[in-house]
Amino acid sequence: MTLPPTLIAEQLLNGLQLGLMLFLLAAGLTLVFGIMDMINLAHGSLYMIGAYLAAAVTEASGSFLLGIAGAIAGTALVGIALEVALLRRLYRRSHLSQVLATFAVILIANEVVRMIWGSQPILLAMPAALSGPVELGGFRYPAYRLVVIGAGLAIALLLYLLVTRSRAGMWVRAGASDREMAEVMGVDTRTLFTLVFAIGAALCAVAGALLGPLLAVQVGMGENILILAFVVITIGGIGSIRGALVGALLVGLIDTAGRAFLPFLFRQMFPAVVAAEAGPAVASMLIYMLMAAVLFFRPTGLFPARG
Amino acid sequence: MRDTLRIPLEPWPTLAVIAVLALLPAVALAVGQPFYVVFATRVLIYALIATSLNLLIGYVGLVSFGHAAFVGAGAYTVAVLMAAGIASAWLLWPAAIVVAALLALLIGAISLRTRGVYFIMITLAFAQMVYYLVVSLRVLGSDDGLTLGARPTIGLVSLDRDTSFYYVALAILLAALLAMRALLNAPFGRALQGIRDNEIRMEAIGFPTYRLKLLAFVIAGAAAGLGGGLLASLNGLVGPNLLHWPESGVLMIMVILGGTGRLLGGVLGAAALLIAQEALAGQTIHWPLAIGVVLLAVVLFAPQGLSGLIRRGGAGS
Amino acid sequence: MTAPVLSVSGLQKRFGGILAVDDVSLDLAPGELHAVIGPNGAGKTTLVHLLSGALPPSGGTIRLEGRDVTGLAMHRRVRLGLARSYQITSLFPGFTVLENLALAVQGAGGGHDPARARAELEAVGLAHRADQRAGALAHGERRQLELGLALATGARILLLDEPMAGMAAEEAARIVALIEALKGRRTILLVEHDMDAVFRLADRISTLVYGRVIASGAPDEIRRHPEVRRAYLGEEVVA
Repeated sequence: MTLPPTLIAEQLLNGLQLGLMLFLLAAGLTLVFGIMDMINLAHGSLYMIGAYLAAAVTEASGSFLLGIAGAIAGTALVGIALEVALLRRLYRRSHLSQVLATFAVILIANEVVRMIWGSQPILLAMPAALSGPVELGGFRYPAYRLVVIGAGLAIALLLYLLVTRSRAGMWVRAGASDREMAEVMGVDTRTLFTLVFAIGAALCAVAGALLGPLLAVQVGMGENILILAFVVITIGGIGSIRGALVGALLVGLIDTAGRAFLPFLFRQMFPAVVAAEAGPAVASMLIYMLMAAVLFFRPTGLFPARG
Repeated sequence: MRDTLRIPLEPWPTLAVIAVLALLPAVALAVGQPFYVVFATRVLIYALIATSLNLLIGYVGLVSFGHAAFVGAGAYTVAVLMAAGIASAWLLWPAAIVVAALLALLIGAISLRTRGVYFIMITLAFAQMVYYLVVSLRVLGSDDGLTLGARPTIGLVSLDRDTSFYYVALAILLAALLAMRALLNAPFGRALQGIRDNEIRMEAIGFPTYRLKLLAFVIAGAAAGLGGGLLASLNGLVGPNLLHWPESGVLMIMVILGGTGRLLGGVLGAAALLIAQEALAGQTIHWPLAIGVVLLAVVLFAPQGLSGLIRRGGAGS
Repeated sequence: MTAPVLSVSGLQKRFGGILAVDDVSLDLAPGELHAVIGPNGAGKTTLVHLLSGALPPSGGTIRLEGRDVTGLAMHRRVRLGLARSYQITSLFPGFTVLENLALAVQGAGGGHDPARARAELEAVGLAHRADQRAGALAHGERRQLELGLALATGARILLLDEPMAGMAAEEAARIVALIEALKGRRTILLVEHDMDAVFRLADRISTLVYGRVIASGAPDEIRRHPEVRRAYLGEEVVA
């Protein structure tokens, strides 16, 4: 018995979609980590804020596009405020202090959101025009998810061009590989960094807004995806956008395909009693096993930006 | 010669604190708040767990982000054995220690091949793997977890009485602290701190650093497992949320809050966080906000944690 | 010569496309002080990394008193009697000077022995700084402690990587005297730029250029060796 090819195609597209969204989150995270050597647990909170703002603006204006725009603007502002008021003081501190401080930000952000919107999930509605399926050479796939994939690819391309072709991008890459050297060369790392953080926040907002209709928009949504983002940048190599992309696609595809097909595969290979539980168990562990394996062969990830 | 590494033991202050803690249940009952005995017991257990993590973070320099896995391993071991009919704490808690130690040996053997932030990530990854494994197994209760029928017995004494459990937990914590002090004052403890200060140089002067780190990792994991077993016995139930990664984060917060690299750092941090949580939860539904603000204040203005504040205030130097 | 205590044969280290150490062979007789000189980037520190076990070689063998230690971990080599000091000072900043030395004594297998640590403290001339935190020492004293750590392991074979790096003349003279006192009793491989010290201390000298040994022999031979002169004078012209 084999899996129908349409199912495989569908899951691969889902994996691509998840991977691209993870890339949006991971790109900002890896740059922050790579350039400023800072562990930012509050990155997930920016994603959450983006989703909530998107929901609020879409609800108020009736336009999903305005919702995304509002999310980007609002979250970028929050990001800049956070960086200037707090995160700046943490760059020279130990990773441990950074963990403590950004964990505190998560607590605060979750409560503020809860105070404004409550504990229950809120609705971020998919634009009506995109809520139907699309015919793709033999099978049907949700239009909205295709748009998400398209948006993800476009942003990835934009980011690639920005980082590799623009002056600012060159500074960013220099900063990622050797901050002190970049400073000596005259790069204004302070402003550069706030800029990088703002862009990272904007990317989080886009991911939050786009995923909002598909996943639940609720308090704590950031923590779940944050850990995936950390896995991505660890696999990809800290400080590397290319690594973030490769890592994100790997994680997105393996996680999605694993959850979809592994239980089935296990049922073919093992007695039902074992397969019923082992399948889903191993499927959810897959990306962590992937990360452990990558670190085993490449202790600093696939494309480390430094040294 | 000045020995900056030796941890002193001041008999009178120590006895005074122990006396206060010993009187706590009596006081709680006198003011008609027996709940506080259970709460205090929970604080003592988390103090044990946070202390075990402090050994790694504060004294060896290993920032383990997966410590909750060992707590969970201990807790679930006790739950499973109780379901199988074993009720004696003499069997349950040592079993929790052994299972957690074995898990720590496995995870440590692989993770300790990495350094720095990659070590942090890989310990997190392994903890997540354990979490997902536990959540998937129906025999472990999946999402719902397991309930334990009653408290265990120590010989003929049943721990159903909260006060009895409190004293047992207190005794265990004191024993653990004494053991940790002895370990840190011994050559092994000096070696661990040497590794924290400069691991490469330690290897260059002849120390088998990997082996030493692994031993410390297993000891810490075993102690965390004991804590997990105690938690399971105290609460009467275990659930996969014990293993979820934010739990590991909370443990790290306790250590950092109390002050890494100080013997009582874990104790202070666990007590401070749990008491603050308890006090604030009664006042406002949004107590995590207050905790977050307090944590931020500590990071920004008291980088050595609470034990740093205490030292600054007491020594005046 | 009598059986060499340290015997290096065809040692190689490749980093990507670069051959940092290229077919290096050396023999150190017991009690010999063998200096390794060469321009910056010649591979001297890499050589020390290979000999101490900090880096695995890409080829060649290293024998310690006849025993093949090429793949042996760093800490095991220390237990066999081979220790190194670092060009970039590497101490335990949170420990006092005495505690630093006590660690070195402990690492080599001596347990926690404050008495022996104190003896090492006196030997390296830092008795007045015993209870000072290592992180608070002046540069010259840090280099002294750096050397002291290697000595305190009791290793019979020492790899010293630019012990006098960045030192003023007076401090450097102290180190030279210290090393001179060790001559004959311990076997020493000394990487140094300070030519006065090198010619005063060395029994034999090897010159490393671009990872290769271009000359090896008695100090007088090396002083007059045309290729060595070219390597140094050539370097100055380019720079």
